[in-house]
Amino acid sequence: MKGIPQQAEVKANTKVKVSNLANTRKRSDYFWAYLMIAPTMLGLMIFYLWPILQTFYYSFTEWGAFGQYEWTGLDNYKRMFEDSNLIKSFKNTGIYIIFTVPIGIFLSILVAVLLNQKIKGKSVYRTLYFLPVITMPAAIAMVWKWLYNSDYGLLNYLLSLIGIKGPQWVSDPKIALYSLIAVAIWSGIGYNMVIFLSGLQGIPRTYYEAAEMDGAGPIRVFFKITLPLLSPVIFFVSIMSLIGAFQVFDLIFMMIGKSSTALENTQSIVYLFYQHAFVLNDKGYAAAIAVLLLIVILIITAIQFVLQKKWVHYD
Amino acid sequence: MKKWLMMLVTVMIGFIVLAGCSNDDAASGDGKVEITYGFWDKKQVPAIDEIIKSFNEKYPDIKVKTEITPYGQYFQKLETAATGSALPDVMWMNGAHVNQYADGKVILPLTDLAKKDNYSLDNYPESLIELYTVNEDIYGIPKDLDTTGLWYNKKIFDEAGVPYPDDTWDWDKLKEVAKKLTNKEKGIWGYAALMGNQGGYYDFIWQNGGYIISEDGKSVGFDQPEAIEALKYNVSFIEEGLSPTQAQMTETAASELFSSGKIAMMFDGPWMVPEYKKNPDVDVAVVPKGKQRAVAIHGLANVIAANTKHKDAAWKFVQFLGSKEAAEIFAATGTVIPAYNGTQDAWKQAVPTINLQAFIDGIEYSVPLPSVKSTGEIWQYEIDVLKKAWSEEVSVEDAVKELTKKANESLSNE
Repeated sequence: MKGIPQQAEVKANTKVKVSNLANTRKRSDYFWAYLMIAPTMLGLMIFYLWPILQTFYYSFTEWGAFGQYEWTGLDNYKRMFEDSNLIKSFKNTGIYIIFTVPIGIFLSILVAVLLNQKIKGKSVYRTLYFLPVITMPAAIAMVWKWLYNSDYGLLNYLLSLIGIKGPQWVSDPKIALYSLIAVAIWSGIGYNMVIFLSGLQGIPRTYYEAAEMDGAGPIRVFFKITLPLLSPVIFFVSIMSLIGAFQVFDLIFMMIGKSSTALENTQSIVYLFYQHAFVLNDKGYAAAIAVLLLIVILIITAIQFVLQKKWVHYD
Repeated sequence: MKKWLMMLVTVMIGFIVLAGCSNDDAASGDGKVEITYGFWDKKQVPAIDEIIKSFNEKYPDIKVKTEITPYGQYFQKLETAATGSALPDVMWMNGAHVNQYADGKVILPLTDLAKKDNYSLDNYPESLIELYTVNEDIYGIPKDLDTTGLWYNKKIFDEAGVPYPDDTWDWDKLKEVAKKLTNKEKGIWGYAALMGNQGGYYDFIWQNGGYIISEDGKSVGFDQPEAIEALKYNVSFIEEGLSPTQAQMTETAASELFSSGKIAMMFDGPWMVPEYKKNPDVDVAVVPKGKQRAVAIHGLANVIAANTKHKDAAWKFVQFLGSKEAAEIFAATGTVIPAYNGTQDAWKQAVPTINLQAFIDGIEYSVPLPSVKSTGEIWQYEIDVLKKAWSEEVSVEDAVKELTKKANESLSNE
């Protein structure tokens, strides 16, 4: 009677050993995995998470010269409701987003689909569309500033040839924001195009072949096959462009002069943040603006994630 | 085991690299000290290099490292550096910021050091010493000075048959000649009514008997009748089409329009000499007078960081920068008017083709740029608000009302 339990014991023992071995194995795997991601995690904590927490804290303070600050509670947030500049900058950023994001996505899908065809010199075109992405934003802004110059710019010169007196593209308060939007769309197409291209190439050819056999025309194929299968990529791009558009700064900083008459009608939320943080040395209020911007972006991104269930296809 | 060794080595290398970053301490052996000198103007690098060279002949044990930051970022960087106690040992300071820095105890008062070494402050124009004196203490040794002149394009005057500007000119004459010289067909404007305070509306306000900041430092004078009249006179050039509009001047800098012969007359400082002397048609005269003669004067000074580790070395260097010898080196390069009394003539001779005497004449009746703790803020409000008047969006009266309210608020918060 002793033999059987012994056997069972042995079996159990080996089982324990095996699972122990698996556990240590697993643990050491975890250890290595954590070690490998540690540098990035540390970087994120030190350079992103910590500043975010600090910004949040500073948004309740008022700053004097040279790093002295005092706790003022909700004062900065109360001040926001009376700040007509802040409301205006939200409006400007809103207009900027409404134009750059949808038009930008539409045009980049268009370009991506066209450059996904078998056409001659395809890679040359792809390079050309991508060039603005690898160019420094400051350089782009400088060149466009020259093109837009109302007296000596190329754009108004060309218009004058056909007898039209061109407007003051970056100085007229009514037009300046739209001039910026045009540059933003132009310089953003290339980057989104590359993402859409890779999305397009991930669509299996068999769907197209089946559609062709069923006699579907190219437009129908585009709307019934390409667009639904591209929708996860469109979702990704729209989230990224929206966040990017919320943070627009460099174009405005470079193209609209500090004493320009169009500044009020073009300054974005981040520009106002910069103005308060670094020009007026009002860092507490600037931090509050940054926190507000963070909350707005979070809410809008969350809304997008809820809405995506209705139009994004994941198969 | 091998993996562990690899890991260890990697981590060690990481530490060494990191440590290397922070290990360039100033003590570089042999009793030598190294101090840093922070400034913004690239055009002055040759002169400064030469000054450091002759400084080292006298003090071979003090090494000076220069640190250039463009003006646009200079004070932002100083502010951050001051917060983190990482200021250069010696640095440039301007009148707009000296009060703020002195008050924040970021820069060193030099009164005692000067007394100890018998360093005389009488060698510099009084208005500049006044500018860098905060609460009875002197904080900076003046380095250079600048006033404003009326730059003009001789060719445009000759073509219209109008005599050049001279010291008899007043506001009416300036307007009258601007009208004569404006030529719409050729795209020439008679005058550029710049929206700038120094060498712009400040000078006009003083000429008209007005003031910028009251004696007690509690209110601004933009809404006084003298100031309103002066600002209106400025804007009238734009209204009457004698000057490019505010939009045009933000798109293309007026100095560029002037250099290329599109503007006949404009106010500008001596720092533009290296640029404008490239155009042989350009010369300069004293600014016209209003009810009285007045022109803004400003100058930079060298200051010492309060928490410098090498106070003695820094003070020796500042003394040398303020010496006659250094002033003469600056004068010879023709970039700035040295602040040291009596060395200005040498500067004048550096560019004989231009009547630089006009800038030196101005010193006599010059008014120092007002400096309070919130000068930076007030300047920002001036830009934000006055540009609306300059672009004829709102009347001068409405603009000064808004500006006065905002500026007085900053003054009361000091």
